[in-house]
Amino acid sequence: MSQHASLDYRIITEIVEPGSKVLDLGCGNGELLYLLAKEKSAVVQGIELSDEAIYQCVEKGLSVFHSDIDSGLTEYPDKSFDYVVLNQSLQEVKKIDFVMDEALRVGKKAVIGFSNFAHIQARFMMFFRGKAPITKSLPYRWFDTPNVRFLSISDFKDYCAVKGFKILQVRYLGKEKEVRLWPNLLALNAIFVIQK
Amino acid sequence: MTLKSESIGLVKQQYFTFAEPPNELKLDSGKTLGPITIAYETYGELNADKSNAILVVHALSGDAHAAGFHEGDKNPGWWDDLIGPNKALDTGRYFVICSNIIGGCKGSTGPSSINPKTGKPYALDFPIITIGDMVRAQKHLIDYLGIRKLLCVVGGSVGGMQVLQWVASYPKSVQSAIPIATAAKHSPQQIAFDEVGRQAVMADPAWNQGNYYDSSKPERGLAVARMIGHITYMSDKSMEEKFSRKLKDKDYSFKFTTDFEVEGYLRYRGDNFVKRFDANSYLYITKAMDYFDLSGAKLIPKDKSIDVRFLVISFKSDWLYPSYQSQDIVRQLKIRGVDATYCEINSTYGHDAFLLEVEEETRLIKHFLKKTFHGYNIAR
Repeated sequence: MSQHASLDYRIITEIVEPGSKVLDLGCGNGELLYLLAKEKSAVVQGIELSDEAIYQCVEKGLSVFHSDIDSGLTEYPDKSFDYVVLNQSLQEVKKIDFVMDEALRVGKKAVIGFSNFAHIQARFMMFFRGKAPITKSLPYRWFDTPNVRFLSISDFKDYCAVKGFKILQVRYLGKEKEVRLWPNLLALNAIFVIQK
Repeated sequence: MTLKSESIGLVKQQYFTFAEPPNELKLDSGKTLGPITIAYETYGELNADKSNAILVVHALSGDAHAAGFHEGDKNPGWWDDLIGPNKALDTGRYFVICSNIIGGCKGSTGPSSINPKTGKPYALDFPIITIGDMVRAQKHLIDYLGIRKLLCVVGGSVGGMQVLQWVASYPKSVQSAIPIATAAKHSPQQIAFDEVGRQAVMADPAWNQGNYYDSSKPERGLAVARMIGHITYMSDKSMEEKFSRKLKDKDYSFKFTTDFEVEGYLRYRGDNFVKRFDANSYLYITKAMDYFDLSGAKLIPKDKSIDVRFLVISFKSDWLYPSYQSQDIVRQLKIRGVDATYCEINSTYGHDAFLLEVEEETRLIKHFLKKTFHGYNIAR
């Protein structure tokens, strides 16, 4: 396992079984997919909107579609992938219900990674300073954030309950390692493995 | 590290003849054609296991001369920017083949070729051909060269249609496919533009039902067809940038002469084209484009599974072959679970972009080919 990879990539690479078929929605420059292909011999496909990121994916030898996440999945037959990954891209999705339902239609399981809006640092900023939170995992200011969704770990658990998604595994991420205690307060990021 | 890209230097056209009677090639129309000569060029060396061959397929007015220089020529082949040492189609690694399509007029058998039955040019006795027929003929050339499986088939526009046809007709003979700025079928708008071009040729009295080979050629008609073509190859923006409303002289002439630079450009392009292209070939090839339809499930027949990697490329400002047509191709690939990459290159050049956006295409094609040839390890 590459030691240079960031914690979330390392955890997702741990989760995915060797030889899995993986679709990454909002795959960025393809670093995670490259890791999955190299370390887990995964058969990988990305979907990404940014021009430059597309070139970087192709340079890594990855297969990627130039498209937005909200419209990219309709053609795939049911259960085409073992995993559909939305890592740090859920916050930018407009049609959440549609994308989540689609992800769990074309994927047997979904891996959802997002920044925790209820992290203690965010709470302090809101409560004491009266300002929109800026944290390690949410580094943007209100006017330059690509995020349109702000959710906490508890919020996402509630959402899964309402939607009837089964949570198979949750991993809570701190700055450098995983967090065990009070995740909704102390985890910067969370990675959920869910199933319909 | 960027290695220096160079030209491959002097190249020569070669010829391959097959389908000698009675073994003529059966065409989609039900007719037959033979003997057939194919003009082709090759660049680079075929490796020992013949696994490094790339077939480049050309567009409407293209030819087999894709790269390098012919003796005495000032200009290189039509895709020299992408083919050569250390270029996207690296001739140090790959064996690149480009052949002139049948129905063309650049050395392969077409309406201007001599009909062995009459000793005169075929003219309209030449059978109507399809993109499927063009590819069928190319397959004979590839077999003759001893290549069982092409590493890649790549081409833009009508070339892109041939790429798709290769996958549909010979899925086992293709390892990867790069259709650029193309469509799985011609839309009514595309058919309409082609028909206007054909009508321009046929309205020229010199066309004479196609029998002009021993008299004056239908130059005006073909030039007008080419002028219309050139408008569709550019974009509103690229024309604004290139010509704006610039005048050839200081002031309006108040005559029907060429006042605007854009008029001069189109006339120049039209006049130049008739020197190098046969009007009947223009009719036959545009007809083949209009008949082309591998839309929906036709691209990959339901009973066949294919193991072909795809790189589909479109250009944002291309309104002749708009991105949605490339996305239609991609949609079919997704349905069939085919390994594919799609990129819409941000370009203002319109359809011409596939000949002009060298840097972007190189970035995509070079790495896509490396991955296809070597797998992940070399790709990084």
